[in-house]
Amino acid sequence: MIHSLEPIIREHVFFKGLEDRHIEFIAGCAKNVRFEEKQYIFRERDPADQFYFIREGLVSVELMVPQKGPAVVQTVGDGDILGWSWLTFPYRWHFDARALRATRALSFDGKCLRAKCEEDHDLGYEILKRFANVVTERLEATRLQLLDLYGTHA
Amino acid sequence: MGHMLELPMTSVPIADPMIPVPYRIERLKRETNDTFTLDLMAVNGAGVTSFGPGQFNMLYVFGVGEVPLSISSDPEDCPALEHTTRMVGAVTNAIGKLKRGDMIGVRGPFGSQWPVAEETGRDIAIVAGGIGLAPLRPALYYLMKNREKYRKIVLLYGARTPEDILYKRELEHWRGKFDLEIQVTVDRGASGWRGNVGVVTALAGRAPFDPSNTVALVCGPEVMMRFAVMELQKRGVEARRIYVSMERNMKCAVGFCGHCQYGPHFICKDGPVFRFDRIEPIFGKAEI
Repeated sequence: MIHSLEPIIREHVFFKGLEDRHIEFIAGCAKNVRFEEKQYIFRERDPADQFYFIREGLVSVELMVPQKGPAVVQTVGDGDILGWSWLTFPYRWHFDARALRATRALSFDGKCLRAKCEEDHDLGYEILKRFANVVTERLEATRLQLLDLYGTHA
Repeated sequence: MGHMLELPMTSVPIADPMIPVPYRIERLKRETNDTFTLDLMAVNGAGVTSFGPGQFNMLYVFGVGEVPLSISSDPEDCPALEHTTRMVGAVTNAIGKLKRGDMIGVRGPFGSQWPVAEETGRDIAIVAGGIGLAPLRPALYYLMKNREKYRKIVLLYGARTPEDILYKRELEHWRGKFDLEIQVTVDRGASGWRGNVGVVTALAGRAPFDPSNTVALVCGPEVMMRFAVMELQKRGVEARRIYVSMERNMKCAVGFCGHCQYGPHFICKDGPVFRFDRIEPIFGKAEI
């Protein structure tokens, strides 16, 4: 039996307030995915055609540093949105994302949604507003990390 | 069933708050690269008889100077005291060089407390950053001993690196033994670290507590507290249910000298723990 993902999407704060027709369309672009521990979700420079809503798990966003290994920039977990490179040219991932433990997520077809946003600017504006919040939160978090708040000279 | 520990609602009157009482160092335990915990016992039974979570003492290294340090031990273990601090200045560096059996002067306890005894029946969200976990530790002891009086208890703790996490063993013990959600994050991960990386304020945005019935206790660097409060308010936690522990340059600890003046308040006497709505207009103001 196939369960619609609509109720899950409708409930999530990220999609809250969207019109029914938009939710329906977004649900049509969504599918359940699962990643095992250490499995890559996406790799730097690969085409960015999805974004994810992490339902349960922990994902590290990282950069591979030659001779040193992956440098973890940030982790995202339950309820978080992962990935915005699908929204901006050249639509390629700028970081790697890897499951730190078994992770369940909803994957959204960014390519399809991007095309729809071009066509329906109301939806496009709503999506951009929501991703602007995600980007703002991540930028703020990164700035705080850079301040080295707990360091001796903070 | 746990028992309800009686906590003094205000500081117990101190015979002479300006005279340090001699304490002997029982142990100096290194917690991280630059932090340590000092275990103290009063000589001849004198000294602090009780304290509340969130209160602080003035510790006097003879011939060097005095420094305010939050009490980080279990209020039930009093008169034994623990203080966790980081070596950042002349006095704390001098403390770090003391040995078991050495003497130190203690004045206190001073200041206001975390309202754990009053806020039963609610979710408790504790947001700590860096050494800010130390002043919250007595509150955690209290909450654990009275676990059945509260709903969800969530501890969100941010440290610089995995090596800088305070009370690691204790956190593991609490996580395993009590119904307590502990989420730890570090600003910079290291190889082998499988946990969260990022600022602690981000955890506050998704932690499992009911914002409409939550009391939040926040302690850490002031910038971290500003963002933590913003995140808690964004979640819907009311300002009157958020408590922050403030820090300024304290000298006398009894509201005489004015060194720790914070707007209309003295941190030493009216704080360090403030209900957020009472300081909201001046919180984060550079001119204050």
